[in-house]
Amino acid sequence: MHEVDMTKCLLLALQQWREEQASPQAMVDTIHLEVGRFTCVEPEQLRFTFQAAVAGSWLDGAQLQIEEIPFVGRCLACNGTYSPTPEGAYRSPCCDHPLEEIVSGRELRIRSIDYRTSLQSAVESQALSLQRV
Amino acid sequence: MHLPLEDRLGMNLLAANQHQAEHNREHFEAWQVLALNVMSSPGAGKTALLERSLPQLAQEWSMAVLEGDMTTQLDAERLEAVGIPVVPITTGRSCHLDAAMVSGGLKLLRQRLNPNQLDLLWVENVGNLVCPAEFEVGEHHKVALLSVTEGEDKPLKYPLMFRQADVVLITKIDLLPYLPVELEQIRRNIHSINPNASVIPVSALSGEGIDVWHAWLRSARQNTLQPALAMA
Repeated sequence: MHEVDMTKCLLLALQQWREEQASPQAMVDTIHLEVGRFTCVEPEQLRFTFQAAVAGSWLDGAQLQIEEIPFVGRCLACNGTYSPTPEGAYRSPCCDHPLEEIVSGRELRIRSIDYRTSLQSAVESQALSLQRV
Repeated sequence: MHLPLEDRLGMNLLAANQHQAEHNREHFEAWQVLALNVMSSPGAGKTALLERSLPQLAQEWSMAVLEGDMTTQLDAERLEAVGIPVVPITTGRSCHLDAAMVSGGLKLLRQRLNPNQLDLLWVENVGNLVCPAEFEVGEHHKVALLSVTEGEDKPLKYPLMFRQADVVLITKIDLLPYLPVELEQIRRNIHSINPNASVIPVSALSGEGIDVWHAWLRSARQNTLQPALAMA
């Protein structure tokens, strides 16, 4: 159940973010994560452990929004991209080349956090989205 | 340290672990110690390999072992019998070592010896082909073991472990005559997911291949630590 440890890491990162950047009254609505398909994270379990871990904390009520990123490799023989599969031994179907370059699938990223300060929530409940550019 | 918000967002979910892992690695570099993270499924022969390798390597290197185990200290006792300092790390419910646990193990180790005298530090991870692959502990190299009794398909079923490994030891090759398993097929499957991995077939029982494995260690130690020496 390594998702417990993943959750612990996530909470540490969010705690640090709050201390360094956000107002201490910041209330988090949604945390947007990118989780690659070639990681050992099961999004459903991560959501489950996150909800259990934040109950009663400053993050109580915050939602995890997880975008799964496909596993894509690049065939170095023809430069084409492909989806590596265990059935195909992760080799490229075009040229039967071994998996050298991974284009995507290893992501474990906090992409953005939607939060509001108590002042804003008194005036309007619009979430302030901080998109990474 | 004060990071701008843009850096905090877009950060890796495992940043806390990676930060600690880098801290551990800084210690290893300062001590000029080659750190190896040894991983495999339970029973693939991590401890047996160390029991075979350590007495031979002890003739040229000073070594220590951080021994990860979920509940027992049985493996640590086996390795202590070889005469190498062992710090057991009982992980409890956790199925892998993380960088903070290894940092705790290093503190205990430093109470027993001067790390500057070490040449090589073994981190024997918890038997598990899934989670340890994702949690760095500050190692210079990941060593994965796959025993021939586990079957040819395991590199394809646990791809992340074999992708992340720098060297894969195919263990228990003394059993090959009794198994419907082709060594070449195992090698091909490992190289399909990780063409850059060194693959070394060994038997801790008969000693076959152990010389090749030790030669890999010597060159790893030289290639990994020599650039750091040059920079110092």
